[in-house]
Amino acid sequence: MTGMKILACISVVPDTTTKITFTENNTQFNTAGVQYILNPYDELAVTRGLEIAEANGGTLTIVHVGRADAEPVIRKALSMGANEAIRIDADPVDAQQVAEEIAKIANGYDLILTGRESIDYNGGAVCGLLGAMLGIPSINVVTRIDYAAGKFTFDRDIDGGRETVTCAGPCVASAQKELCEPRIPNMRGIMAARTKPLQVLAAQSAGGYSQYASFELPAPKSGVKLIDPSEAGKLIDILRNEAKVI
Amino acid sequence: MSVLVFAEISDGKFKKAAYEAVSYGRQVADLLGSKVTAVAIGQGADAAELGQYGAHTVKTLSVGEAFTADAYAAAVNGVANEVSATTVIISNTYTGKSLAPRLAQLMGASLASNVVSLPNTSQGFVVKRGVFSGKAFAFVDLNRTHKVLAITPNSFEIKTYGETASVENSAVTLASSGLTIDAVNKVTGKIPLTEAEVVISGGRGLKGPENWHLIEDLATALGAATACSKPVSDMDWRPHSEHVGQTGITIKPNLYVAVGISGAIQHLAGVSSSKVIVAINKDPEAPFFKAADYGIVGDAFEVLPQLIAAAKN
Ligand SMILES: Cc1cc2nc3c(=O)[nH]c(=O)nc-3n(C[C@H](O)[C@H](O)[C@H](O)COP(=O)(O)OP(=O)(O)OC[C@H]3O[C@@H](n4cnc5c(N)ncnc54)[C@H](O)[C@@H]3O)c2cc1C
Ligand SMILES: Nc1ncnc2c1ncn2[C@@H]1O[C@H](COP(=O)(O)O)[C@@H](O)[C@H]1O
Repeated sequence: MTGMKILACISVVPDTTTKITFTENNTQFNTAGVQYILNPYDELAVTRGLEIAEANGGTLTIVHVGRADAEPVIRKALSMGANEAIRIDADPVDAQQVAEEIAKIANGYDLILTGRESIDYNGGAVCGLLGAMLGIPSINVVTRIDYAAGKFTFDRDIDGGRETVTCAGPCVASAQKELCEPRIPNMRGIMAARTKPLQVLAAQSAGGYSQYASFELPAPKSGVKLIDPSEAGKLIDILRNEAKVI
Repeated sequence: MSVLVFAEISDGKFKKAAYEAVSYGRQVADLLGSKVTAVAIGQGADAAELGQYGAHTVKTLSVGEAFTADAYAAAVNGVANEVSATTVIISNTYTGKSLAPRLAQLMGASLASNVVSLPNTSQGFVVKRGVFSGKAFAFVDLNRTHKVLAITPNSFEIKTYGETASVENSAVTLASSGLTIDAVNKVTGKIPLTEAEVVISGGRGLKGPENWHLIEDLATALGAATACSKPVSDMDWRPHSEHVGQTGITIKPNLYVAVGISGAIQHLAGVSSSKVIVAINKDPEAPFFKAADYGIVGDAFEVLPQLIAAAKN
């Protein structure tokens, strides 16, 4: 396909080493000192999207729904090789609001890619929501995307296995680990990204699906009970009769 | 305003996750003072049996089992209309995760995934859901009249009601999908990691894939699934489908046994909601001991054979 158009949706999330805490009486995520990164699964979506676009004389557009402080991460995606980016200026409360915004600009793409889930709110929802909004197939957790003879082929994880599906497109797929190795931007890419187009659009969705009332941290463990390694077999006894989990 | 539960069928049987979802759905229905219908798409499973777990009615669609999100979402939406359901319960398996968002969109519903509590309806409709890859929980109020809840498997006690459900054929048909399924490869004879109640997991401390028989033998003796840390799957010692953690699978078994895994924050994120955690590590300072209920400070190669012997007993 010449002129193939691919859209990659990216979310900007706290670095994986972040210690999660909350403020304002557990109603706000504590952003103090938090480093933000490109969501690891979205890095795969962007990389594989670029590989397919490059092999088919196509282009890859990045879209992010969020505030201006996400722009360094958007530039990172551009430095990986994406042609252009769109930021929809909103402070989305949930995946449904994100998907409504993206759906407004998503027509005309042959393939739309998301990550399996964002590692902050873990909705894993944007892919399916976009599919239903646009009336196109959605393929979750894909570990392979290939394009040949006018159709896309995907491998995807299913419960207890894997399946292969094909679709002529347009369709939307969510990237799972193993899809590819994330591309690391090179110096030329970083320089080029500075002047690539980043269009900012006003938000249109009203949202109103859900509201985060408060947060809670998991109850801390009460302390580990150690078993002497020379009597390791005792552990099985404890798990059977004390913890009753086997 | 009835409750509809998607009761997932796999290989001609209801999954355990389906019983859990039905039992959860019944509790929601009791809370709302309404009835619960289960929808069963596929053949082979004994639909009336769902009454045991609380279903009043089961709507069946006898079609092939091949799951596609677009066709299934349209069908479940059709059944939701048929029974005037306002709340739909789905188990958050791979299938459920594909289905729930599409269905929410078709219904104009609020969506919550990773749900780990019953709704609190004293003020609004608030559910607790896992966020930040297991590092925290959020209480989220679902504002729309229609709601789709995707519940985390193995989070709820499966209650039994000793009833028989009335079974009806649904008038809804399964439309064709925009996707073609070319091949399905299921690993047989193994317990899927996401559904396992006991998981034995190995890390870099096991030194190499040739030592994995120790993990597998213990897993077999305990009827457990096997898992691993990220570097272990990155080095191809184990398949990536076993990788648990922030960038792998999040699991919630009753028992998680971590052998030779240091307990990095990204690993813990995927396993810390397990009910009981055991850490086996030769380093007494390994961070995993802070997250564990039981621990053995010792060499895996000496400890595992003892555990295998005791477990076989
Ligand atoms: C963005 C990002 C995402 C990540 N996501 C994940 C993820 O999803 N899942 C994940 O697991 N990791 C993840 N990681 C990696 C994580 O930070 C750790 O590097 C990883 O979990 C370490 O794996 P390990 O515990 O097997 O190995 P190591 O850290 O090398 O630990 C090996 C342990 O084995 C012990 N040991 C050695 N020999 C023996 C013996 N004979 N008997 C008993 N114990 C022994 C050692 O004391 C040590 O504690 C991620 C990292 C990043 C940066
Ligand atoms: N604010 C956002 N802007 C653009 N894409 C997003 C945003 N949030 C999530 N996504 C995409 O949707 C995927 C799944 O996110 P979620 O449904 O929030 O788990 C992510 O991996 C991204 O590809």
